[in-house]
Amino acid sequence: MDVTVIAETSGGGLHPVTAQLVGAAASIGGTPTVLCAGGTGATEAASISGVVKVISVVGDCFETFDSGAWAKALNSVTGGDVIIAAASPSGREIAATMAAIRGIPIVQDATDLAPGISVTRPIYSGKAIETSTVTTPCAITLRANAFESAGEGGSAEVSTVNQSADVAVAVREAIAKASERLDVAEADIIISGGRGMGDPANFSHLNEISDMIGAAVGASRAAVDTWEEIPHGMQVGQTGKTVTPSLYIAVGISGAIQHLAGMRTSKYIVAINKDPDAPIFGVADYGIVATWEAALPALKEELGKL
Amino acid sequence: MGIAVLLKQVPDTTAKISVSGGRVDESAVSKWSMSPYDEYALESALQLKESGGGDLVAITCGPARAVKMLTDAAAVGADSLIHILVEDLSALDSTQVQAILAAAVAHSGSDIVFCGKQAADTNAGSTGPGVAHLMDASCVTMVSEVTPDGGSLMAMRASPNGNERVSVSAPCVFAFDKGIIELRRPNVRGIMMAKKKVAETLGPADLGVDISTSSVSIVGHTPPPQKPPGQKFEGADSVAAVVSKLRDEANVI
Ligand SMILES: Cc1cc2nc3c(=O)[nH]c(=O)nc-3n(C[C@H](O)[C@H](O)[C@H](O)COP(=O)(O)OP(=O)(O)OC[C@H]3O[C@@H](n4cnc5c(N)ncnc54)[C@H](O)[C@@H]3O)c2cc1C
Ligand SMILES: Nc1ncnc2c1ncn2[C@@H]1O[C@H](COP(=O)(O)O)[C@@H](O)[C@H]1O
Repeated sequence: MDVTVIAETSGGGLHPVTAQLVGAAASIGGTPTVLCAGGTGATEAASISGVVKVISVVGDCFETFDSGAWAKALNSVTGGDVIIAAASPSGREIAATMAAIRGIPIVQDATDLAPGISVTRPIYSGKAIETSTVTTPCAITLRANAFESAGEGGSAEVSTVNQSADVAVAVREAIAKASERLDVAEADIIISGGRGMGDPANFSHLNEISDMIGAAVGASRAAVDTWEEIPHGMQVGQTGKTVTPSLYIAVGISGAIQHLAGMRTSKYIVAINKDPDAPIFGVADYGIVATWEAALPALKEELGKL
Repeated sequence: MGIAVLLKQVPDTTAKISVSGGRVDESAVSKWSMSPYDEYALESALQLKESGGGDLVAITCGPARAVKMLTDAAAVGADSLIHILVEDLSALDSTQVQAILAAAVAHSGSDIVFCGKQAADTNAGSTGPGVAHLMDASCVTMVSEVTPDGGSLMAMRASPNGNERVSVSAPCVFAFDKGIIELRRPNVRGIMMAKKKVAETLGPADLGVDISTSSVSIVGHTPPPQKPPGQKFEGADSVAAVVSKLRDEANVI
């Protein structure tokens, strides 16, 4: 079975989730060819074990993100029985467009695959898990950190194909993020603040801690909606980002069902809340009943000792 | 210029989802609502219409109960309503849903489509890009705002580095994220007017779409795995103990 893996990139290089896509492709008996949009990450992709071929697709269209153009250009260079991409915003969009171009079904956000092809994924924002079978050809996107990465040590051949497509989206203005902080969608550790932080200025404590442990800072919707200083991009939850870091620290967050929808599958959850009955304690591996005013200085001190 | 907004009725975000006999029990859902991102798509479509756009048609595909949501859309200003009646949406695969919605958009004569970036039940994000392809339209996702820009449209979208303002021309599809825009609530007059608006009801076959064979079949549903109960500590003095557990037990720092 030929599997086309769409490489996920970040900051001009290959995103580590790409090795997970390759691992998942192999787990259903597929031979993976990796497509690198705009050539990004091609050399790194070639060293993932199990990859049979890397196609570096270069063309003017890859200078602006236009999913229609990217999907057209990528689609024309390869066939394949299954398309696999990351369930990131761009991965979902490119895979969905390629599926539509081919007239094949797409199943998004899989957390498990089995030969057949059987696909498991969370639905209703994680309130239920669905297993379905899908016939090939099809497209599937995979949730980050849900699959074993393929190892290194591969030496696939890299070929370069010149292929562009008409771009219909013109970027007029780029508005940079207010801070250079790590994005919650990218981070392996997240520390989030809620309305219990009392004032947006108090997020400086979360920033300091995040700098110590290489974490991203997130927020509840109440924090984002109440305080202009807390940008929307930080929101975790049903109408914000869905995250699955190794460690999620919730500070002054009650744990409303819509917040849990975005973070409950984190590997470890720490909650700091002054209310012992806050629902966040229901999902926390380690719950600390304390005010942030008392707990955060202690946390800074302990982390400083590591 | 005609604007269509695609609205899906889903279990309210507060509703409990229960599984019985290996399937999600839809009859046990206490409340059905408009999918959250679709609310932002609707609000933004209303704003575009008010700033000189054409008629706004609200389209849904779903069972009979979904009409209520179309009436809610009419109460805040949708001009006309189209309901494609499909009793069991979960039996359709993505290609079928997209074919139905694209055909309904064509039927309405709209060339600008607003939808959610993902529905709160499927959590997929397939429909906007798919419908755009079928309409031969350009697609912009992660959108938080759309404004007229001469003969084109300007959209604010999230980018890996922050935000971008991008310009596109019709035909185009905008898939919405939550933004800073405020959602409006219906007033009494809107609610009264909406009662008089009748949705045009069509079947997939009326739109030339065959839904007899789906390439995806559901094997079963299960409740999410239960986490073992966590450990709870009293007071800030326990922080040291938690940090050492994070290091030694969990191995995450
Ligand atoms: C359609 C819809 C979508 C939504 N999407 C999201 C979403 O994506 N993300 C999201 O987060 N919410 C979402 N919500 C909102 C959600 O329902 C809650 O309102 C929100 O999560 C509450 O945020 P919070 O926990 O910060 O605030 P609160 O519920 O006000 O909780 C504050 C907490 O801080 C604690 N606290 C107060 N002072 C201190 C202190 N000094 N030290 C320690 N703890 C303290 C309190 O005990 C309390 O538990 C959505 C709601 C709807 C209807
Ligand atoms: N059955 C439907 N009826 C109307 N709109 C829909 C339907 N399914 C999906 N959509 C629209 O497409 C968006 C994305 O859905 P999905 O691809 O399922 O995540 C939703 O937020 C809606 O705007």
